[in-house]
Amino acid sequence: MVGDIQAFFRDLSGSGINLTIFYDAFDFGRFVTGLGYTLLLIALSGFFSILIGAMGAAVLSLGRGPAASVIRGYVALFRNTPLIVQMYFFYFAIGSIMPVMRNEIGLAQPLIGGLAWAVISLSLYAGAFNVETFRAGIGAVHRSYEEAALALGYTPRQVFVSVTAPLALRFSFASLANNLVDLTKATTVAYAVGVTELLYVSNQIWSDSLNTIEMMNVILVIYLVLTGLVVFLINRVEAAMRLPGFGAGGAP
Amino acid sequence: MTASQVVSTVVEWMPFILRGFGLNILMSVLAILIGTALGIFLGLGQLSRLRLVGAPSRLATQLFRNAPWLVLLFYCIFLMPYQVNIGGMTIVLPSWLRATIGFSFPVAANFSEIVRGAVNSVPHGQWEAAEALGYSRRATLFRIVLPQCISRMIPPWMNLYALLLTATPLSMIVGVEEALGRTQAAVQAQANAAMLLPMYLALLALFFFYTWPINRLSRALEGRFGTK
Repeated sequence: MVGDIQAFFRDLSGSGINLTIFYDAFDFGRFVTGLGYTLLLIALSGFFSILIGAMGAAVLSLGRGPAASVIRGYVALFRNTPLIVQMYFFYFAIGSIMPVMRNEIGLAQPLIGGLAWAVISLSLYAGAFNVETFRAGIGAVHRSYEEAALALGYTPRQVFVSVTAPLALRFSFASLANNLVDLTKATTVAYAVGVTELLYVSNQIWSDSLNTIEMMNVILVIYLVLTGLVVFLINRVEAAMRLPGFGAGGAP
Repeated sequence: MTASQVVSTVVEWMPFILRGFGLNILMSVLAILIGTALGIFLGLGQLSRLRLVGAPSRLATQLFRNAPWLVLLFYCIFLMPYQVNIGGMTIVLPSWLRATIGFSFPVAANFSEIVRGAVNSVPHGQWEAAEALGYSRRATLFRIVLPQCISRMIPPWMNLYALLLTATPLSMIVGVEEALGRTQAAVQAQANAAMLLPMYLALLALFFFYTWPINRLSRALEGRFGTK
């Protein structure tokens, strides 16, 4: 089976479409590693960005003090500057003042590597967009729910945790899906700080095998599939968390 | 290094970086013009009742909207010719121009969605009223619906421009000498680790003070043109 696939693509390379990743074990290994790093970046940054977004939106809707100003400043700063400059800032500027460890053979090794900086920077970037998304979701919850809960004796904090936040989350899904698709696309920027993600390994492969066009088409298809998967997953979560009378026609 | 030395070094390199930033602005202005022109056709194409026009427009919109900017940029950098011959005239395509074309595709796809969204935001009753008054579909679209759409499209269009500008430093990866590339060159020329933080902070500030007012204005206009 595997042999047949390899033979097919080796024959295909004779006709001008040279997809080394399907018959060359070395290129295949590199490609899978790249795909793995891309998936890792999406999963980790997606998780942390949602966490940051939820915490930021909670601070903005519960507090009016300096904490809210800090969050507003963070959102404005990260939304209005390029992701790649932020990543360079973290990787080169902040990275230069971070402590350096020595690994087992005595070579200098930074405490936080390219992958970790990429995750930090992608999480902060996507997190800033998620703060806005969740805040809009909170704004979409009608005041009457809050008032009803207060009348039932809930404290403002309890109202937020048990009534406003669960409803706001459900109103946020469409916009959140959009942000996560943008995050999926943005993981390619980690290329700039040397994370061996999909685009990076593809660049290595087409430099060695001179099959730029084929590899470009392959990664384009893969990213379209990945963004499709992200939307599919969000829709599944949304469907699983659906409340009768809310969302899909019931939302304001 | 004292604080004043740091500041004076940043100021000293600023003209060099600002010339790079000029290229960022030039690329973003050209790409938004090309992208908007293409996007109008794609967006109206998406609304077409002809399947032969509608389906390809929707496909192209989704394709360019969901592909990473960097991948589209690589396409244009690696697959476009370095120069084109038109009737004996040779036009050289420098890498910044090819990058600009690479940025135009996602801009066109995003603007296509803005056009579609704006047209769909006009209440359906207006189409029916126009039909009752004897307007053709084309006349309704161009004389009744689209004039109302223009003000609604301006805020998202400005957001798109801000997004585009913050994407232009990606072209540094393919060797365009814009602000980020020049900052990196400046940092390497100084060979001083203490200057890394202030130089990159200055670059972040440069982008922030250009983009932030655009997004603020867009938000203010959104409130003004907001439809209920």
